[in-house]
Amino acid sequence: MSYVPSTGEQRQEMLRAIGMQDYRDLYRDVPADMILDRPLDIPEGMSELEVTRAMTAMAARNTVFPTVLRGAGAYDHYIPSIVKSVTSKEEFLTAYTPYQAEMSQGVLQSIFEYQTMICELTGMDVSNASVYDGATAAAEAAAMCRDRKRRVTLISAAAHPDTINTVRTYCYGTGDELRVVPMKDGRTDTDALRRMLTPDVASFYLQQPNFFGQLEDAEAIGAMVHEAGAMYVMGCNPIALGIMKTPAACGADVAVGEGQPLGMPLSFGGPYLGFMATLTKHMRKLPGRIVGETTDHEGRRAYVLSLQAREQHIRREKASSNICSNQALCALTAGVYLAAMGPEGLAEAARQSMAKAHYLCRSLTAIEGVELVYTGEFFHEFVTTLPRRDEVLAALEKAGILGGLPVDGGVLWCATEKVGKAELDRAVEIVKEVLAK
Amino acid sequence: MKLIFEKSVPGRHCDLLPKCDVETVSLPESLRRDAAPALPEMSEVDLSRHYTELNKQVHGVNCGFYPLGSCTMKYNPRIDEDMAALPGFTGVHPLAPAHTVAGCREVLDTARKYLCEITGMDDMTFQPAAGAHGEFTGVMLIKQYHASRGDVARTKIIVPDSAHGTNPATAAMCGFQVVNIPSAPDGCVDLAALKAALGPDTAGLMLTNPNTVGIFDENILEITRLVHEAGGLCYYDGANLNAVMGVVRPGDMGFDCIHLNLHKTFATPHGGGGPGAGGVGCKEFLRPFLPASALMDGPGRIQVRSFAGNFLVVVKALTYLLTLGREGVPEASQNAVLNANYLMHAMKGTFTPAFDRVCMHEFVLDLGEFKKATGVSALDVAKCLIDYGMHPPTMYFPLIVHEALMLEPTETESKETLDWAADVFRQLYELGFKDPEYMHNSPHNAPIGRPDEVQAARHPIVRWQKG
Repeated sequence: MSYVPSTGEQRQEMLRAIGMQDYRDLYRDVPADMILDRPLDIPEGMSELEVTRAMTAMAARNTVFPTVLRGAGAYDHYIPSIVKSVTSKEEFLTAYTPYQAEMSQGVLQSIFEYQTMICELTGMDVSNASVYDGATAAAEAAAMCRDRKRRVTLISAAAHPDTINTVRTYCYGTGDELRVVPMKDGRTDTDALRRMLTPDVASFYLQQPNFFGQLEDAEAIGAMVHEAGAMYVMGCNPIALGIMKTPAACGADVAVGEGQPLGMPLSFGGPYLGFMATLTKHMRKLPGRIVGETTDHEGRRAYVLSLQAREQHIRREKASSNICSNQALCALTAGVYLAAMGPEGLAEAARQSMAKAHYLCRSLTAIEGVELVYTGEFFHEFVTTLPRRDEVLAALEKAGILGGLPVDGGVLWCATEKVGKAELDRAVEIVKEVLAK
Repeated sequence: MKLIFEKSVPGRHCDLLPKCDVETVSLPESLRRDAAPALPEMSEVDLSRHYTELNKQVHGVNCGFYPLGSCTMKYNPRIDEDMAALPGFTGVHPLAPAHTVAGCREVLDTARKYLCEITGMDDMTFQPAAGAHGEFTGVMLIKQYHASRGDVARTKIIVPDSAHGTNPATAAMCGFQVVNIPSAPDGCVDLAALKAALGPDTAGLMLTNPNTVGIFDENILEITRLVHEAGGLCYYDGANLNAVMGVVRPGDMGFDCIHLNLHKTFATPHGGGGPGAGGVGCKEFLRPFLPASALMDGPGRIQVRSFAGNFLVVVKALTYLLTLGREGVPEASQNAVLNANYLMHAMKGTFTPAFDRVCMHEFVLDLGEFKKATGVSALDVAKCLIDYGMHPPTMYFPLIVHEALMLEPTETESKETLDWAADVFRQLYELGFKDPEYMHNSPHNAPIGRPDEVQAARHPIVRWQKG
């Protein structure tokens, strides 16, 4: 089964029409000694029902936890039903990049709306149509900040480890240096940052809230970075932005982040969404697709892929990035999610996530032996010590609860609006029971 | 069509969340945002209708013929979507304990095994999220390999001028100097030009085969041998793999590493621009340089994005592979090539192929003469096709053909569709001589006419602003 609709007879007819005997004639340019002289060593094809069984069996070998108290870059938020219903529409799903505007106004408008929503969330002037994920968005942002004189990138040690590694890899690619600014008490060490902001520094990347859930003094840090003449890149949690000071208000030149919390399921890590926005003055350095508004010859409003002179298919080796495919359907997902939540719904998801995490934190740290590791303000994640950590996490797992992530010095917990008080109480009860043994 | 913001009504909303059942906490004043973001305020019915309206102005593979060359717009089977929507996959946290994600690991391992067999590679990573991202990863393998041997003088990557723009852009992102070499008149690698470019500073060659004009480079073994002899490595851009699956393998052509576009060759949908997945395969000696995730696998040498990549796209590709199996995989490629040759043949006497010989899965038309005779450009023809409900072919690519239209019908189009398409092209060819003016003003029946792209670039409006 290969989804080839032409019948055997039609295929023969087509071969005859082009003056060929069989398929081998089609490959006459391929040197004969290179042609595979055996069948592929993969199983025989299967019917749709058999494939469904095989894949369902694989899915069944995973554990899906009804209660998730783990975040660390992937967050289990409630996804409104309308989101999936829109993103499974076959036209949105199966279209290519909207190169032909006259045939793609729907995709283009949805991206234009997404760009506007990202600008609203971040306070920035211009957003691109998405990049792969939050980590690559950070790496692309670092690249757009470098110029001839300023080649060094700084990143906070309190950023997500995957982000640090990804930025490091992109820097290694272009032969530029990445320096990691140490942390102190779970937050960026601002004294160290001040010392490290030398004249060759192009940008500093701060994650807010940071990997340990702690809230950074983002505005003061921004002022410090600008004083040193460097650019300021902020990686933000988009749900937190429902209530939190925007990167623009904190002085960021580029705002990026992992868009997964905006309606994308956990999905073992992807597809997710990298969002990326900047100020008008940096617009032509922004990588990736950007949709712009214009008119057609009759003056009707129209949307097009715009500012393409930055991109690889025009600029080739001089392009700002090699990005071509992005995460368009995930951007659509985020757009539908944000429109369904609305300003109040998004703020409520943020407030509830924060409230649940603080409730969980209070309840856990009331247990003898469980202490808060970093005591600064936090959003929806926090680190505690946890005696007999593996035993506790195993007990939670048995009860269908994915506990926090083991990290240096303890466990990184997370709660979102999706978990109810009863689930949190039950988790705390289990921790108590194990530790009382 | 109104923007979603223009449909927003203050105070309207969807009821989605319960009341908070724990004590609320407030952000410190200094961390709060001044004003709420101006997101749309909509009811669910408003949303449903808005996106349905937008969706009507999108041409997907499900709508009709989509011969967008080099993009492999084959039909995306529905079962792939159902399998990727299984809660057993969507509900898995990427950092869940290893023993709870055995099914995800099995998906990745099985897809890796099958795709290595199809490509003749020894290992593969699915961390890269798209084709260009795969290129970046692959060229980073080459960079690390040379660096690990202290071979630091290898600073150049050779790219033929017929290559996709992502190739030179990728080489530059990996810190290499790009050496563009001209193609031979048939679009294949000019061996003399290649030899002249090779030297002790050669890090590698990036190549797609079949090449971007749809021709299989019969000198491929000589090409990869020459590069290896000079101490460079060979990178295979998998954009055109749909021509040769189960027939000939990049590994057997002498390539050291490759990327695949799962969203092209392996039938996963493109979502209006993504997500894709750019699996990168390599020979054994490059395995130590494959990327890892800091939190999932521990520190590796490189990492190109978070976690394990676009996992659900791999689920879809595996579903497709299981369906096709041993016989179906080559059958898909053979019919992709048959369809391309049949369509090229059926168009004879109208637009001229840039290369009049057997093609692989795609072919390029050269409208240079036609334009001289009629004044009608490749762009005009492309825009006319829109009125017929056919997505235009790739235009003005590859750069080595000037008035280029590149057609890739794929294997999932029937003979009737190809006959119809050939007929449409014939009509347009004739129309070019009769009424070129009509063609300059096409499309006539689309929701919009040709947009003013110059205005869009000069006076960028990239977001909606209130009133």
